[in-house]
Amino acid sequence: MISDVRDAKQKEIAEVLKQLDMLTKMTGLPVYPEPKTGNPLWSDVRELDLRYQIPVKRISKFFDELKKGKVLATRCNKCGTVYFPPQDDCPKCRTSNLEWKEVQGEGELLTYTVISVKPPSFAHYPDYVVGIARFGDVSVTAWVEGPREKLRVGSKVRLDVSKREPEGYITYRLILL
Amino acid sequence: MTNVAIIGTGHSKFGSRTDVNLQELAWEAVKQALEEANVEQKDIQYFSVGNVGTWSAEPLPAVVIGEYCNLTPSGTMRVEAACASGSAALREAYLAVKSGEADIAMAIGVEQMHQSPNPTVVEMIGRAGNYFWEFENFGLTFPGYYALYATAYMNRYGLKEEDLGKIAVKAHHYGAMNPYAHFQKEITMEEYLKSRPVAWPLKLLDSSPITDGAAAVVLASEEVANKYTDSPVWIEAQGVGSGTANLSRRTDFTTIEAARMAAEQVYRRAKINMDSPWKEIDVADVHDCFTIAEIIAYEDLRFARRGEGLTLAREEQTYIGGRIPVNVDGGLKAKGHPIGATGVSMAVSLARQLLYRAPNKGMQAEIRNGRALAHNVGGTGHYAYVTLFSTRRPGL
Ligand SMILES: [Zn+2]
Repeated sequence: MISDVRDAKQKEIAEVLKQLDMLTKMTGLPVYPEPKTGNPLWSDVRELDLRYQIPVKRISKFFDELKKGKVLATRCNKCGTVYFPPQDDCPKCRTSNLEWKEVQGEGELLTYTVISVKPPSFAHYPDYVVGIARFGDVSVTAWVEGPREKLRVGSKVRLDVSKREPEGYITYRLILL
Repeated sequence: MTNVAIIGTGHSKFGSRTDVNLQELAWEAVKQALEEANVEQKDIQYFSVGNVGTWSAEPLPAVVIGEYCNLTPSGTMRVEAACASGSAALREAYLAVKSGEADIAMAIGVEQMHQSPNPTVVEMIGRAGNYFWEFENFGLTFPGYYALYATAYMNRYGLKEEDLGKIAVKAHHYGAMNPYAHFQKEITMEEYLKSRPVAWPLKLLDSSPITDGAAAVVLASEEVANKYTDSPVWIEAQGVGSGTANLSRRTDFTTIEAARMAAEQVYRRAKINMDSPWKEIDVADVHDCFTIAEIIAYEDLRFARRGEGLTLAREEQTYIGGRIPVNVDGGLKAKGHPIGATGVSMAVSLARQLLYRAPNKGMQAEIRNGRALAHNVGGTGHYAYVTLFSTRRPGL
């Protein structure tokens, strides 16, 4: 669950803050020497918790269909441009309310990497493979899963919709065929 | 419209600069640039500040720096173009002077990344690109994005680990001589090959470090420049471009389209032969945030044909004495990459190169044409700035 991931992180932060409290009690200030250099650093006493609320109304069909196991792109029926990530405006034609079209079939892996040094918000996952695959008109960035020996540029992949654990939300991934 | 010259340069020591705060760090470069140009703060009619921030506490860095450096009340703004923010700041000040709005302006680049723990910085940089479709669900990191280029390039052109190692070894070779560099030590190919993976195929020693630093230049119109100095370095031309936020919307992962475009603009404006631009340029600083980026830069700048950038690396053609010396100040890799400062730092390094003022004889290129080129990329080809500096007055 999302809250479990957060709790684990908060526990680490609480440990550090305990030390900061001790120091502040002792010296009257949240100032500590940087271990490597001894340079005095003021440890911020104000915390900013960033968790954005991102509007998805215009592309809500994407999420409705994702729940049904489909990954959708949009297509402008005036100029034919296919958009992935999906968007509801075609800036070329200045039209809106584009058609929805499933991204399906076999894709081809264009490139990939294995992330070893992870951002803190991804630290709870084992090393993951991120790739970009071409499906006809569009390319999709996602995690690549499946047998490692099949992992190479040019490999065939398909899209798969499943739950991302431990957060438990629905997303898509590329599966090596 | 007037010609624009650099009449003063300033550069702080790059590194983990926890001995100063953001504005103190900026002042180190600003003070040096003012002294070199022999101008007073009141003469600076406009100043731009390249700073990405978020890892450092000040959300309005331009005014905090303006106040600390006594540049207030001149007009200012903070400029963001990711890792090319420094070049964007340079452009801002350059256009202010070129248009006739200001006779003297200053471009400042500063970044203090060590105000946040390294993991937080990794998180922040990873979010650069398209936040929702690349980071939120797939946790790409900055090395990760460039690794996508490296994988594609290796697959198409047979690039080897050792070729990337050559770039890292060269960067540290010159960084070791640069008193301003974050890493002032040589590395061996063996050390390179053994360094731990960050985002396969890229390793720790493929990567530029998390760095604090500042750089500043004073720019003046032709009329004013001639009063202050008899050795101006002109901004002969600048080219700019941008790329899609989503990497998946690009078609080729072996080139940075925005940089090719920016380079072509510069060559066209300066009437430089597109087939062999290196013959008319003495030295270049390119955006080697990761070793692969330098190899791609060789091609995007037309120092080598497509797929042949790796040959330049293999044959060590970008050391001093080769086809064209590149990153002889250590580059982002060894000098360090304080995001918002990097573009201005390139301008400082190259202006000093052109005036035979490299801080160490071993890193001084031979100046025959009087021209130097800076290539500064923001994000993973999201922003591109290519700038040509010259000791010859443009139009002559
Ligand atoms: Zn259209």
